[in-house]
Amino acid sequence: MRYVDEFRDPKLIRQAAAEIRRLARPDRHYRVMEVCGGHTHAIYRFGLEGLLPGNLELIHGPGCPVCVLPMGRTDDGLAIAELPGVIFTAFGDVMRVPGTKGSPLEHKARGAEIRMVYSPLDALKLAQAHPDRHVVFFAIGFETTAPSTALTLLRARQLGVANFSVFCNHVTIIPAIRAILDSPGMRLDAFVGPGHVSTVIGCRPYEFIAEDFGKPIVVSGFEPLDILQSLVMILRQLADGRAEVENQYARVVPWEGNLPALRALEEVFELRPYFEWRGLGFISQSALKLRDAFAEWDAERRFTVPGIRVTDPKAAQCGEVLKGVLKPPQCKLFGRECTPERPVGALMVSSEGACAAYYHYVHRAAAAASLER
Amino acid sequence: MCLAIPGRIVEIVEDLPQLAMVEVAGVRRQVNVDLLRDEPLGPGDWVLIHVGFAMSRISEAGAQEQMRMLEMLGEDEQAMQEIQGYGFGQAEH
Repeated sequence: MRYVDEFRDPKLIRQAAAEIRRLARPDRHYRVMEVCGGHTHAIYRFGLEGLLPGNLELIHGPGCPVCVLPMGRTDDGLAIAELPGVIFTAFGDVMRVPGTKGSPLEHKARGAEIRMVYSPLDALKLAQAHPDRHVVFFAIGFETTAPSTALTLLRARQLGVANFSVFCNHVTIIPAIRAILDSPGMRLDAFVGPGHVSTVIGCRPYEFIAEDFGKPIVVSGFEPLDILQSLVMILRQLADGRAEVENQYARVVPWEGNLPALRALEEVFELRPYFEWRGLGFISQSALKLRDAFAEWDAERRFTVPGIRVTDPKAAQCGEVLKGVLKPPQCKLFGRECTPERPVGALMVSSEGACAAYYHYVHRAAAAASLER
Repeated sequence: MCLAIPGRIVEIVEDLPQLAMVEVAGVRRQVNVDLLRDEPLGPGDWVLIHVGFAMSRISEAGAQEQMRMLEMLGEDEQAMQEIQGYGFGQAEH
């Protein structure tokens, strides 16, 4: 394969790929969902699908924070950003996410005070440096990033920074996996579990997948060999008729997770009754909001947001791609109206989005190959 | 957003023990190490950094693998921009 020679250990990669081909029974079709967008990116970048037998299909999961955030939430954030006296801060990925009237970057170009930050602590520092303004941080991400927002809020309270608040869009991965497993027509056989989310939550929360739904899940690292080894572990479970939680990424992921991070999440956040996800709809208890004790730092309580449900542009089929019903190039806009340079849908924004990953590594490579012919 | 950046701890900041100076490919910035408070952490240890916070302690070999993977994913430049962009530990506090 194209990328095998640049792998750290091509021999091990070939061995793992051969083991996958040996384990995959030719008389059945395997559907394995990689939950995490980081894995989706790695799978396309390394051309791993090309190493797999045709009857082992990888389905891209919901683990890309900007992909699953419905447009109405971006609009709500931008409504706060346009209020006088507000400095609005967000991560780089968020800056390019389309809202109804354009992305945060486009709002910034039209004069809104919006700044990109690399850490929520930098948003807090900005608030300390501008006591006459109010700094809002657009918090987004799964359990990987939520602890950093929690610690930043604890720090804001400790320092008594009153001109800082968080517009919280943190979501939790377990209810999303459960919603996928509960959905009618679900045909998944197993999951490749997220790596960095699991450093925080550990492996125990996945037990219901094995126990209640009888599906294997293997928490995986991000290297090509990690992902292939995880697939070997999954196929072995399926061949043995086992359904277990296994940890391929034990060099980074402790079984019990990160206790200080879990304690900080518990202290600062509580579950929302429900939250809307692009493609998956409303999922109960699937997102975090600030506890009453942190009301002073909650942008949704300090400011009035429109809170309007906005549907995606009609032609964009982000929801169908997120559900695994369509592959990225099957969307009508893919590669034409919607590109990483001018994204119409959120899946084209982040490198973790299935559409952006597919575009970069499959679509462009195919286009280059056709030029060479 | 999901990929972590490997860094080596150069020193724990004395008066603010939740901060540590880390080095990533020659660039030094302070990051928050409060989430690793249950682990003995000192100069020479390697950590995975995520939006300004050290999330896990890893081996040196693991750190090298992670950096190489960021390079292969084409995310190494963005990772260095992120490290350079951390301003919260800088002097003007």
